[in-house]
Amino acid sequence: MSYIIDRRLNSKKKSMVNRQRFLRRYREHIRKAVSDAVDKRSITDMERGEKISIPQKDISEPVFHHGKGGRNTRVLPGNDQFIAGDHIPRPSGGGGKGGAGEGASDSGEGMDEFVFQITQEEFLNFVFENLELPNLIKRQLAGLEEFEFRRAGFSNEGSPGQINVVRSLRSANSRRIALTGKKRKELKRLEQELENCDDKTSSVALELKEQIEVLRKKINRVPWIDDYDLKYNLHVKKPLPHSKAVMFCLMDVSGSMDQTTKDVAKRFFLLLFLFLKRNYKHIEVVFIRHHTSAKEVDEEEFFYSRETGGTIVSSALKLMHEIVAARYPASEWNIYAAQASDGDNWNDDSEVCQQVLTQQLLPITQYFAYIEITNRDRQALWHAYSKIAEAFPHNFAMKHLVGASDIYPVFRELFQKKAA
Amino acid sequence: MKGEPISTGSEWDFSLIETYDAEIGALAEEFGLDTYPNQIEIISSEQMMDAYAAVGMPIGYHHWSYGKQFLSVEQNYKRGQMGLAYEIVINSNPCIAYLMEENTLTMQALVIAHACYGHNSFFKGNYLFRSWTDASSIIDYLVFAKNYIAQCEEKYSVDAVEATIDSCHAIMNYGVDRYKRPYPLSTAEEKEKQLEREEYLQKLVNDLWRTIPASEKSKSAGEEKRFPEEPQENLLYFFEKNAPLLEPWQREIVRIVRKLAQYFYPQRQTQVMNEGWACFWHHHLLNTLYDRGKVTDGFMLEFMQSHTSVIYQPPYNSPYFNGINPYTLGFHMMTDIRRICEKPTPEDKQWFPDIAGSNWQETLDFAMRNFKDESFILQFLSPKLIRDLKLFAILDDDKHEDIEVTCIHDEFGYRAVRELLSAQYNLGNNEPNIQIFSADIRGDRSLTLHHYRHNNKPLDDSAEEVLKHVHRLWGFDVHLHSMSGDEVKQSFHCPPLPDKTKKKKDK
Repeated sequence: MSYIIDRRLNSKKKSMVNRQRFLRRYREHIRKAVSDAVDKRSITDMERGEKISIPQKDISEPVFHHGKGGRNTRVLPGNDQFIAGDHIPRPSGGGGKGGAGEGASDSGEGMDEFVFQITQEEFLNFVFENLELPNLIKRQLAGLEEFEFRRAGFSNEGSPGQINVVRSLRSANSRRIALTGKKRKELKRLEQELENCDDKTSSVALELKEQIEVLRKKINRVPWIDDYDLKYNLHVKKPLPHSKAVMFCLMDVSGSMDQTTKDVAKRFFLLLFLFLKRNYKHIEVVFIRHHTSAKEVDEEEFFYSRETGGTIVSSALKLMHEIVAARYPASEWNIYAAQASDGDNWNDDSEVCQQVLTQQLLPITQYFAYIEITNRDRQALWHAYSKIAEAFPHNFAMKHLVGASDIYPVFRELFQKKAA
Repeated sequence: MKGEPISTGSEWDFSLIETYDAEIGALAEEFGLDTYPNQIEIISSEQMMDAYAAVGMPIGYHHWSYGKQFLSVEQNYKRGQMGLAYEIVINSNPCIAYLMEENTLTMQALVIAHACYGHNSFFKGNYLFRSWTDASSIIDYLVFAKNYIAQCEEKYSVDAVEATIDSCHAIMNYGVDRYKRPYPLSTAEEKEKQLEREEYLQKLVNDLWRTIPASEKSKSAGEEKRFPEEPQENLLYFFEKNAPLLEPWQREIVRIVRKLAQYFYPQRQTQVMNEGWACFWHHHLLNTLYDRGKVTDGFMLEFMQSHTSVIYQPPYNSPYFNGINPYTLGFHMMTDIRRICEKPTPEDKQWFPDIAGSNWQETLDFAMRNFKDESFILQFLSPKLIRDLKLFAILDDDKHEDIEVTCIHDEFGYRAVRELLSAQYNLGNNEPNIQIFSADIRGDRSLTLHHYRHNNKPLDDSAEEVLKHVHRLWGFDVHLHSMSGDEVKQSFHCPPLPDKTKKKKDK
């Protein structure tokens, strides 16, 4: 007696928990591998998994087994040349046919790497592990522009597309029963009387027949379905609480910013973008570039077109404020800004920047990160911003970085989870 | 007797599988195979990988090492470095067999014959399985184990549970009873018993380690007594009962791992026989089907092709050589026994007077029921098969310059080759023989293990790592001495001894 069962539709993820356990146990190794990978990868390449390798010895499960040496005998198949008493030189390296006994063959002595693949999601989890967005949920419920339709019973009005056939016919049926009930009872009675008439041709009978005819017509005149029978599925609009964010990328494109510096900035922006994307369903990005004047541009232009000129940082900040006022009311949007610069600025402009930031921008932004990409000494802008950082420790941060390899550590530092 | 073939195509569907199963089942009964009921489950390749990772168990507790196993199977499979098995069969009642959906119809039939009737009857008949495992309660026990460990994780954190399991796994092979029969229990009983055990064990342990001075009598009697009185080879059992610092739930986990080790123990000792038996029967059953016209020539060709590749034995100097293929050895031995029964040569009559000319079905059945690999080879490996496989033995002694060929497949060598091959399947020779020698219960509570050397083979350095796990379970200092006779050749300590080599006295 056999039972045959089709298990193919059962869950395929039976090993998921064990897999997660493994990742959890070797988190340190994986985090390091991920961190290396982030440095090496182009940032547009963030959306895929990663191959992780861990030294075999770190994950081996030790058991007792025999070491090399001692007396080992082995029986082997396929003898083609030996007779009893032959002596064979011992193969070098201990591998080969007789070198080490049974026990050593599976000991995995080599320093092989244990290699496996993690998915993109796991990869990003590791990239952003232990990071958090400061002041994340402040405006979670504010935006009310999106709605969801939910079913909410039935109504008498609606569009033809929403007609509920079953309900409509049911109500038509009941209306018909209600409207014709009295007449049908009467009809039944008359028919009975007619039945009882002995003479079907008598005047009484004829009159009865006439009455029956009239009644029948009346009954038939009740419409089979009427306008007010129609029932419609009712859907009501429900506002969806959701969070949305806008991210401002501010970059200096003056002559002093060369392509590599821009590239570093770009990577930083993309990392920030990916990070925000994990936290907000809806996110918009505004690119503002500036030299002596600021301009809102698209992504392509932001990163790749070149312009030269002096630098007035405050122009970008002012533009940002204008855009916020016009398009992103602070009551609805989570506003983030990241500014990248090499620190150059007109001397008297840094004061203005400080003012714009402290009075206009910082009160409405969730977080403002400033990174200075330069290998020279700190510039005027840095000193001006330092004062702001002291005044707004919660939503203003600044870091200094030199090359591409600094991005990830600096990013981590900026968004490090703060102990509660 | 010739009939219509059951099928002609190569695609399977459920009704065809059912038909084949019925046909093969009827044949198996005709040949006297006694089996558990079968539960045939069709699974996909992903599920097969899951099954691999869980060492073939349908339900397992969660542990990272299974995740590691899964990742490495998945990686190898995706890279095309390995194929997946066509089936996995579980020693349970009903006997669960997993069939891959990718198999062709021929493969499904082969697998049904191999697993559902071959392995199945072996599980039911062989004495090791009969006395060491309980097929009807294993699934219940696995459910209990999984739930219990999940509860522990909730109560005592995943890390703590994981650490305990790690340590148990490290000495899992030393958690096997060789001389007592385990007691089968249902899930409910198991749970009840577990609670009782928890209290009782802890009480015993507390008693053993009581620091309050006991009565004078025990003091004087305990002077000379060693604890344990006899060396213990079941390390896990010893820890479960005697480790001073384990929490009750940890003892239960030790027990769970021990039970699983016990469950797998017969499988490790009967690989050649088990596979040989299953191969012999799938070969015989499908050939009989063919003789009766139930399957087509095409079916047979495909079957022979995969059969021969399964039982292929690369010679010792082939790059594919990876030890003796248990399928080859087992299949040939089973076939050979039948040959000796049916057409004995004078040589056979001399070597196997008992079975030459006897009824082959009864003889095979007897062999299957009453032997394990080691004794099976010692009893039934015939000179003819030694010649056919061209077996020869080498001796690699680290005291000599080169390797010596000690015996080959000739008149003088048959017995020696047979004995050596048999010894090769003795688990006791392959694993270091490590036993608990003494626990210093009145002194510093240190535990001393002895490794008794076999053929002067030393312990690998991995012992140091394993000792850390032993230390975790025991809770106090652990020493391991590798002994050759009475002489200590190697010593391991956890925690490591300070630099001055302080010799620890045994006893």
